[in-house]
This record gives sequence, C-alpha cells and structure tokens, in this order.
Amino acid sequence: MSAADLSVLQRPNDRLRRRRLVNRGMELVAWLTAALAVLILGVVVFSVARRGWSALNLDFLTKSQLQFAPPNVKQGLANAFIGTFIVVGIATLMALPFGILIAIYVNEYAPKAIRSVVSLTLDVLAGVPAIVIGFFVFGLIVISHGQSAYAGGFALAVLMLPLVARSTIEVLALVPDSLREAALGVGAPRWRTTLGVVLPQTIGGVLTGATLAVARVAGETAPLLFTCSLVATGTHVDPSKPLQTVPLAIYQLSDSPEPADHARAWAAALVLILFILVVSLTARWLATRSRRKIAQASR
Amino acid sequence: MTSLDATTDVARRPFTGRRVRLGDLLLQGIAGIAALGTLVLVGLIAWKIIQGARLSISTFGISFVWHVAWDPVHGDFGAGSFLFGTMVTSFCALLIATPIALGIALFLSELAPRGIRGPVTALVETLAAIPSVVIGLWGLLVLAPVLRDHVDPALHSTLGFVPLFGKASYGSNVFTAIVVLTIMILPIIASISRELFLSVPGELKEGALGLGTTRWEMIRGVVFPYARGGVAAAMILGLGRAIGEAIAVALVIGSFTGISGNLFAPGNTLAAWIAQQYAGLSTPLATSSLMYMALILLVFSIIVNLVAQFIVRRAARRQGLSR
Repeated sequence: MSAADLSVLQRPNDRLRRRRLVNRGMELVAWLTAALAVLILGVVVFSVARRGWSALNLDFLTKSQLQFAPPNVKQGLANAFIGTFIVVGIATLMALPFGILIAIYVNEYAPKAIRSVVSLTLDVLAGVPAIVIGFFVFGLIVISHGQSAYAGGFALAVLMLPLVARSTIEVLALVPDSLREAALGVGAPRWRTTLGVVLPQTIGGVLTGATLAVARVAGETAPLLFTCSLVATGTHVDPSKPLQTVPLAIYQLSDSPEPADHARAWAAALVLILFILVVSLTARWLATRSRRKIAQASR
Repeated sequence: MTSLDATTDVARRPFTGRRVRLGDLLLQGIAGIAALGTLVLVGLIAWKIIQGARLSISTFGISFVWHVAWDPVHGDFGAGSFLFGTMVTSFCALLIATPIALGIALFLSELAPRGIRGPVTALVETLAAIPSVVIGLWGLLVLAPVLRDHVDPALHSTLGFVPLFGKASYGSNVFTAIVVLTIMILPIIASISRELFLSVPGELKEGALGLGTTRWEMIRGVVFPYARGGVAAAMILGLGRAIGEAIAVALVIGSFTGISGNLFAPGNTLAAWIAQQYAGLSTPLATSSLMYMALILLVFSIIVNLVAQFIVRRAARRQGLSR
C-alpha cells in the first residue's frame, strides 16, 4: 500500500475526532451554565443569610417600626409581618374562590371556543406587569377612597387570580372522565358531580396551586407601592388603612443611608426567602401526594 | 307541610326534574360569571389606565412616547428616555440570558446524571421564586459595588473603544440593571425550554444517535428544530418579564432621565420610573403622564403575550400534524 491511500483512510478519523471535540465542548458549556445558575442562587441566598442572620433576633420579630426612633431604641418589623399576613390573606380570600370558579367553568362547562378565549385572557392577565396592576388599582380605588390594606389585597388578588385559575384548570383536567361518568351514571346531577366528586379529588392540587400563588405574591412589592404604602406609625391591624408589608419594608430600608436599616432589610429578606422556600417545598410535597392520589383513583 | 309535599313531589319526578336543573343552572351561572369576570377585569384594567392617562394623551399626543423630558416644574413630560432604557436593559438581558438558559435546559433535559437532575431543576425553580425586591437589595448592596470596583473598569479598559463601555463612576447603572434582569429571566426561559426539550419524542433522538451523530449534533439537528417555536415563545415571555420588572431595576439602575449610550451610566426604565414616583405624585399632569407610561407597558405586555401564545399554538398545531 502506498502512503497516499493511508491518508485517505485517516481523514474521516480526523473529522470524527473534531466532531467529538465539538460535542465535548458543548457538553462542557451546558454543565458550566447549569453550574452558573446554581452558583448565582448560592451567592444570593448566602449573602442574604450571612447579612440577615446577625440582625435576626427576638426584637426584630416582636417589635415594630418607629417613625423617628432614637438610634439606641430597638426596632423590629413585627408590624410588617402582621401587615403582610393580613394583606395576603385578603388577596387569597378574593382570588381563591374566584379562581376555582373560573377553572370549573373552563373545564366542566365551557364550549371549546369560550374555553380558549378565557384561557387566553388569563394568560394576558398573568403577563400584565405587577406595577401596572398596582397603578390600575390606584386609579380604581385609591384616588377616590385612599390607600388601604383592602386596596393592596385587591391588587395582589389580581396578580394571584390567573395563577390559581391556571393551576386549578390543570388539576381538574387530570381527573379521569370515568369518575364523572360514574357519578352521572348513578343519577347525580352535573353540579353535584362537579362539587362532590370531581373537586374533592383535586383538593390537593388546588391547595398546591393556591400555596404557590401565596408564596409568589407575598414577595411582591410593585402592586403595593401605590395602594398600600403610606403607612402610619405604630402597629395596627385595621385593613381599611394601609398596613406595612415585608417587601415594602425591604424596599424602603434598602434606600436608606443607615447601615442599621440595611441590616434590618437583610433580616427581612432572610425571613421572606425562608417563608417562600418552606411554603413552596410544602406545596411541592402536597402536589406529589395529590397526584399519586388521583392516579390511584383513576386505576 | 308544604316542604313535605315538595320532597315527595321531587321523589316522584324523573331525575331530570326542575330542582336538579336549578343546581346546574346556579353553578354554571356563577362559574360563568366568574369566567366572564376575567374578561371584564382585563377590560377594566385597560379602561382605567387609559382614563387616567387621558389628560396626558390630550396634552402631549402620541409624541409623548419618544419625547425626552421629565420636568414637573414646567409641566413638560415624555417617555422617550424611559422607553430607551427599557429597550436597552431588556434586550441586552435577553441577549445574555438566552444562551445560558438554553445551556441549563439542555443540561437538565439531556446531560444531567439522574441523581442531580431533580435537585438542580428544583434549584433553578427556586431562583425564579426569589422575590424581585430581594434580588434588588442584593443587586444594590452586593452586586453593584463588585461590578463598580472590578467588572466595569475591566470592561472599560479592554472594550473602551466601543462607546457602550464608557467610564464607570457609579455602581447603580444600566449595566447592573442588565445583570439583575438577566438573573431574573434566566430561570423562566430555562424552565420553559427544559420542558420543551423533554417533549421531543425519544424515537427522533434515538434515530439521530443511531445514524451516528454525536449528542451535540443530535441536539442541533433534532432537539433545537423541534423546540424552535417554543423557545421563541419562552424568549418573548422572558422579554415581557424584563420589560415589566419595576422594583429590582428601580433599586439598581440609579435615577437619570435622559439618553446616554454609556452602559456604565445611570439610566431608567418605564416600570422603574413609575415605581420610583410612588411617594411623589405631584401634579395631575405628572400622575397622568405616569399613567400614560403604564399604558405603554400594558400595550407591550399584551402584545408580547399574544405573540407568545400565537407561536405556541401554531407550534402545537404543526407538531400535531407531523405526528
């Protein structure tokens, strides 16, 4: 054999080697991007935890903010924790029943055309920026009635509604038709089938969706800026007046030049992140449990 | 007596009796009203924002959108500089976030060993769950000083001949906002793309691998074309999120009204400017001009979502046909 023949045989090998090299390179890039995402999360959580931990103490959790506090007086954010609880509670009370009803209509009653119109509207609503929703509620309620926890809760409810409705639509669609047919077959009317047979099957999934939505809106600042931000001093729980909330407190404290305020902002951020993590993990756990339950029921 | 009559009456009727229908009518009616309420709510949002913006619309007309001014003393307002800032920050963030997000999605759908796939997916979703005010706080107090002292000067000294990378003096600037927005839209694009990549039929992938392609060639030749429409929709949704983000950007972008080509100078965006004005609504015209800016944001967000939905539906239909 001559040398020329051998080089012809080797050329494909070179190309194969290059293809494998490109493949390796791209796989490495994908690994690195995933590592970068985890790194970013780690850095954010670590900075919040490290700076927040030192300011996190009993006073922080039990004492309220003061308007003109002398520097040696201990302040906390108890008012903000209570306020967030109330405002998010109001939002949940408004958005949850409304969202479930929408999902029932879309999944159990609506003709196909209306179904797609409603779900498109939900998508559009979910895409409206939170700051615009806050400004909308400002124009709708605040201009005529002033700021209040109700107005803030309503703004958060608008944000929650598409989340709750969408997750409920998803779990309702998981319920097998055989269950509906069985209930209708033994003579149950449609509404009893829906409320008594279909909905109880999905209760875990509905709760999961609601919990995730609560975790999402509990951290929202933008809808509250124009609706529930001009907070009076002292702790009060009257929802017809604006109440301080955790995200808003972080926003205001982070703008302050005082290092002590920054420390409290970090501590509030730590509490907020921990709350959201615990709630989302609980929701995930509920979700896997309920999915298993639906799967068993459909067998 | 009458109630007893009623019950026996019902028992005698066939089960399509009127009381049964009443329950159905009630539930269907209430649920239908709730569904209608969604449409009404979206309409109400648009109407209230337009109504609030009317004064500004009649004063400045359409040129408000590109007019560069914010002067409450002389009553001269325009959204130009904010619109410019919104465009620059959100498009740059999308440009940086998309390749990284696709890498993450590929890792999670194709490459990750079974044991770390679940945890990393959960971590990426956790990144999406961190509130924007916390990201903003971190961006302002941790990221901005680091960028100001190390990254900005380095970029200026190596790429300074490009006017984009001008001299850096503040930590709160457009570049910091871009980085923060990138972090916020990264998990959104990544998790949608991951689901798309997972939905690529296994036989297509195996077919390509069986023909002797490497994994990357399979991804380029099968996974990417299959998921192309969906990835475009994911990018558009990420863009929508970046355009609408107010709090995190308001904290890190500084506050500057005017147009500057320098990424390391303070700037502003539509959403961030609205957020920064919450305590200082001065004149009716200023409030109305903010409403006008909210209207621009609303129009953007509706267009973005409709386009994304259109792409998703078209892609779903095409996939349905090809199967």
